[in-house]
Parts: sequence; structure tokens; C-alpha cells
Amino acid sequence: MSMFKKDGKKEVPGIGTSSDIVFMLLFFFMVTTQMRDTEDKVMVKVPSASEAVKLERKDLASYINVGTPIRSLQAQYGTETRIQLNDSFKTTKDIRDFVAAERESMSEADRAFMTVCIKADENTRMGIVTDIKQELRRCSALKIMYSARKAE
Amino acid sequence: MARKSIPGLNTSSTADIAFLLLCYFLMTTTMGSQTGLSRRLPPMPDEKQKAQDQKVNRRNIIVVKINAQDRLLAGTEPMDVSQLKDKIKIFLTNPTNDPSLPEKVQTEIEGLGTREVSKGVISLQNDRGTSYQAYIAVQNELVKAVNELRDEASMAEFGKVFIALNEDQQSIIKKVVPQQISEAEPKDIGKKR
Repeated sequence: MSMFKKDGKKEVPGIGTSSDIVFMLLFFFMVTTQMRDTEDKVMVKVPSASEAVKLERKDLASYINVGTPIRSLQAQYGTETRIQLNDSFKTTKDIRDFVAAERESMSEADRAFMTVCIKADENTRMGIVTDIKQELRRCSALKIMYSARKAE
Repeated sequence: MARKSIPGLNTSSTADIAFLLLCYFLMTTTMGSQTGLSRRLPPMPDEKQKAQDQKVNRRNIIVVKINAQDRLLAGTEPMDVSQLKDKIKIFLTNPTNDPSLPEKVQTEIEGLGTREVSKGVISLQNDRGTSYQAYIAVQNELVKAVNELRDEASMAEFGKVFIALNEDQQSIIKKVVPQQISEAEPKDIGKKR
């Protein structure tokens, strides 16, 4: 700072505090957000519902995305509705393994509370969702959540 | 005296570094919480047990059907989604003790005494061609009907809305107004995919 004081009255505001402010922002985002663990490969615009409630335990949720592949992948995979588990396109038969793997990664006590969050596009036909539901019932992952935007 | 001119550390680049980190976190993380409608799927039925479970009295069940054209049928009459909530509320409360609407049982509820609890079950059937949007809209109406009834019950019992109650009181109200939505086995009628 001493170098600014040479010319007496004129004081240039220091930028020393700006780093603090930015760090504060940084910590805010680090605390409030969470890592995005998968890359979306399907376009999902979830329907809105006025009675939507918050997911209680995010760490116990596993996600099944259902929708049409994103633009850049349409040449490769077409525009049919697909299921995305983790980072790749899968069929309903793979859900069993997926659920088993997700269960395995949780602690013993938490397994009973595992929630499967179905994120399906609003234009999806129920057929594929029903298939997913039946498969989930078969591997007894019974706690599910239909992902929806909160309306109003 | 010699200390007078200690050169300050040049810290102007820390801001840049912090910005870089900030941008990284902004890119890689997601904000906002997941919201949605929670449901419990019925366990897969055993082949042997199948016949037993389906003994629900006819008056206690309302069948809500959505077809491949997203049209709605509640009980016996076709209707719009906006009418469904009131229909369900009447079905679950049965204010006039209509013999065609669900029966109510006197149930001993812990911490409250004896209350009339409806035995009504909502059975939701959909087609493979139903759009997800319509399905969620119907699910939402069903939940809304139950939530409103719970609000009414908690106003009557505790003088507060359901959300404002503590956990014990909420579970009591949940016993007074149970949420019984069954999602039936899928059917394939309209062949629209």
C-alpha cells in the first residue's frame, strides 16, 4: 500500500478485500451445492406438480433418467425414449444390477431407506415408466419418487 | 524505525485464483434440491398368495383410469383432472354416509382417542400409452385431495395446518387420514407407444 501513499491525498482503493469476497462466494457455493455425479445424456423436462415435496436424503437417492437422447447423441442413438443409468444408456433389464450396485454402495443401516428417483420427461409414455416400476418391484426397491418441479 | 518500509505482499492474484476455483465449482456442481412425489410401490405378489389379497369391498375402492388419450375416468364417470380432487375428497370423507361410498371404522388412535377412519382405497390404472405428464397431474390431484383432508383434520384436532404440526402430531393425523393409493398392475389396451 505504501506505494500508493506517495502522492498524499489521492488514495486508490485497494483490491485486497476482493479476494476475501470471492472466497466467501466460493465457500457459499461449496457448501450449498453438490457434485454433479452423472452427465445428462437424455433430455429431461420434468412435469410440474403443486404437491411436490423435497427429497429428504439426497445421499440415499439413486436416479433413473428417462427421455430422448440429447441432440448430439441423436445421430448415434436415435430419438426413441431411452433409459439412462449412471453414465450410459441401458435397458430395463439392467435396472436390477443398477439397484444392486447402488444398494451395495450404501451402509447397512441406510439400505432400507434407499429411494429411487425416476426423472422422466413429461412427454414420455407410461409404458416405459411402468416397465421400470415393475422391474423395481421385482428387485424390491419400493421407495420411489416421481421427480417433479414444484409449481407455484 | 527500520521497519517502516516493509514491502506488502502482492495479493492481487489471489482474487483471480479464487475466481478460478469459484468458476470450477459453479460448473461442476448442481444447486437446488430434488423435488417430487414420493410413492411406495406394492411388493411383487407371490403367485400363490394372489387370490387372497384382492378381497376389498367394492364400495371401498375407487378406480381412476387414464387411457392412452390421457382421458380420465373416476369411478364410473369420465371427468376432467380439475374435478378429480373434489370427487376424491367426497369419496374419502363420505359426508352423507352413502352406502355406495367407503365405510368408516371407529379406530382407536394413540394420543387422540377414537376417530372415524375411512377405509377407502384409490386404485390408479394407466395405459402404456398414457403420457407421463397426465399421469403426474393425476397423481398430484390425488395427493392434493389427501393433503387437504389432512389439513382439515389437523385444523379440527390441533388448530394448526398439517405442515405446522410436530412430527408426532403429523403421524397421528396420518393415521386419521391415511393415504391409500394403489397402483394397479399395468394393462395394455391402446397400442400407442
